[in-house]
Amino acid sequence: MVRFFGILVGLFFTGWLLVSFVLGAKEFITNPPEKAVYYDYHLDPKEVSFASDGPLGKFDRQQLQRGFQVYKEVCAACHSLRLVAFRNLAELGYNEDEVKAIAANWIIETPDIDPATGEMSTRPSLPADKFPMPFANDVAAAAANNNAIPPDLSLITKARTGGAPYIYSLLTGYQEAPGDLPDAAKPGPGLHYNPYFANLNLAMAQPIIADDQVAYSDGTSATIDQMSKDVTAFLVWTAEPKLEERNQTGWAVIAFLIIATILAFMSYKSIWADVKAEKKKKA
Amino acid sequence: MSFPWAKEYTPTTAFGQWMDEKLPIGRLVYNSLGAGYPTPRNLNYMWNFGSLAGIFLVVQIVTGIILAMHYAANADIAFDSVEHIMRDVNGGWMFRYAHANGASFFFIAIYLHIARGLYYGSYKAPREMLWLLGVVIYLLAMATAFMGYVLPWGQMSFWGAKVITGLFEAIPLVGKPIQELLLGGFAPDNAALNRFFSLHYLLPFVMAGVIIMHIWALHIPGSNNPTGVDVKGKQDTVPFHPFYTAKDGWALGLFLIFFCLMMFFLPNALGHADNYIPANPLSTPAHIVPEWYFWPWYAILRAFTFDFLFIPAKLLGVVAMFSAILVWFFLPWLDTSPVRSGTYRPKMRVAFWILIVATIILFICGGAPAEEPYVMLSQVAGAYYFAYFLIILPLLSRIEKPLPLPNSITEAVTGKPLEKAS
Repeated sequence: MVRFFGILVGLFFTGWLLVSFVLGAKEFITNPPEKAVYYDYHLDPKEVSFASDGPLGKFDRQQLQRGFQVYKEVCAACHSLRLVAFRNLAELGYNEDEVKAIAANWIIETPDIDPATGEMSTRPSLPADKFPMPFANDVAAAAANNNAIPPDLSLITKARTGGAPYIYSLLTGYQEAPGDLPDAAKPGPGLHYNPYFANLNLAMAQPIIADDQVAYSDGTSATIDQMSKDVTAFLVWTAEPKLEERNQTGWAVIAFLIIATILAFMSYKSIWADVKAEKKKKA
Repeated sequence: MSFPWAKEYTPTTAFGQWMDEKLPIGRLVYNSLGAGYPTPRNLNYMWNFGSLAGIFLVVQIVTGIILAMHYAANADIAFDSVEHIMRDVNGGWMFRYAHANGASFFFIAIYLHIARGLYYGSYKAPREMLWLLGVVIYLLAMATAFMGYVLPWGQMSFWGAKVITGLFEAIPLVGKPIQELLLGGFAPDNAALNRFFSLHYLLPFVMAGVIIMHIWALHIPGSNNPTGVDVKGKQDTVPFHPFYTAKDGWALGLFLIFFCLMMFFLPNALGHADNYIPANPLSTPAHIVPEWYFWPWYAILRAFTFDFLFIPAKLLGVVAMFSAILVWFFLPWLDTSPVRSGTYRPKMRVAFWILIVATIILFICGGAPAEEPYVMLSQVAGAYYFAYFLIILPLLSRIEKPLPLPNSITEAVTGKPLEKAS
């Protein structure tokens, strides 16, 4: 009974899938699906490496500080960093006083309630505060940015397929739209051509536009490429602040496991020696 | 029950004897995982994945309990509470990455465990109940993993929950009420998140209970083995401890090395980037995919692209997706060949390996966008998947001529006949 109904059900599923396959294949041949207009123009992220890459990765703190400077002077006007607190900047090598000064002098203040009146107000930030949001809410953010809300950058290198190289490619990938670009893929009003972006048209205008846009104090030459790389490195840190701890712990754990596994393997071999010996006599 | 030559538990200390009279828990462990459980001597490394799956369930429960101490199941703050774990909780990143990757390694172990059972006929008499309980454990694991992926309340969490609960909508008449009951509303929101969290915490303990029954059911006939031939004498077996505890032990070390390479050096490789974007009901991700361990079933769901008479394609897909797993419940009665092991079934063995290839194709198609050639590939592979269980196995059992079986496990291993004397 089970087998009888089983075969009936099996014939139905198998048969209908094969029929669907034939119908689909016919459709595919007679009426092949058109590629999306941007298919031929879209580019994969550029090859770029960071000190934090791979299992031996460590942050380059000088670079993170430069990247933070780029974030502060270029990105922070529109992009929030809501999951990061000023106190976390100590991990970039700033001392306590520097962190306090950065927080207190941040471009916008932290919203609070006036202790005297209970009215909404703002105050200078403290190290314990998270980075304040550049816009009061999403509606304000959209209104100020041609209806596109600038995404929060705290996790951006983990929240985009392609990771840090994608962010770097996007920052350095702005260019003139090619002349043969189909009309459907041409940037509309307020959009900017960038072949690294999924549909080629990005609402954000090129943020890092000229060499020396940011004045680096450590002697590094502030080229567009260098600034883009630095701010991307900084955003790798904001997305994964425990990266170094993770790599170090990983090596220690794996070293321990390798030793433990070798010992376990040796005890397995010795426990089974007699039983296996019996097997060998066969040969 | 056990074999007559199983070693008897003899407590050596006065406390042990006292305990054995009152609550013989030591005896239970001794007879289940100790020297009191005679196990076939010829088990290969495919027999390691049961214990590995069990150990990974424990890893998941331990890390999960710790995560639950810091997680907040509220749609407004769930995402941030996960980031709080990643940034501010001591070692929180380690527990979260262990939990997220541990789920994947649990499924790696359980899939190899199931494949082992399929090849070596571990589902056949007298182990049908053992197999059925295993399918129940797998279904519970799927539900648990699905709900766990919703908890971080990222984009893929939200849209995954919407798509999967949306499947129930395809059921005529009762579909919509079922979907609303599952979600506690019309779309995933706080009510859904809360009940998913509650069930995500509950189901692993239900699984642990079913696993106890699974092991109980195992110990009645004892383990199957690569020859599929019954244990006939003492020489066919070795005591579980120390022989298989040692073998499981070193294999566990090896499995943990792979696990740690993944969780420490590529912790997000098995996840989806979109889940680091907070859930946004107004923005649909470019393509919604479940976690990798659901991809074969997701491919079957999407393989049904044409209505059958009055039955819409979506409903067919949903029914087929659930049937793809439910068919396992009938497997012991679909495959009537008296020979268990695929080693001695020349035709079934070929059909089995094609099934593995078909499942891998379904896996690849399930993770790919719903476009050609993936849909066509999953239609062919899906057709074979159903044909294997429902058509090929029942017919093959009748026409196949199995190879001669060894007289005993001992003979298969040593080439010498089993001495009946012992």
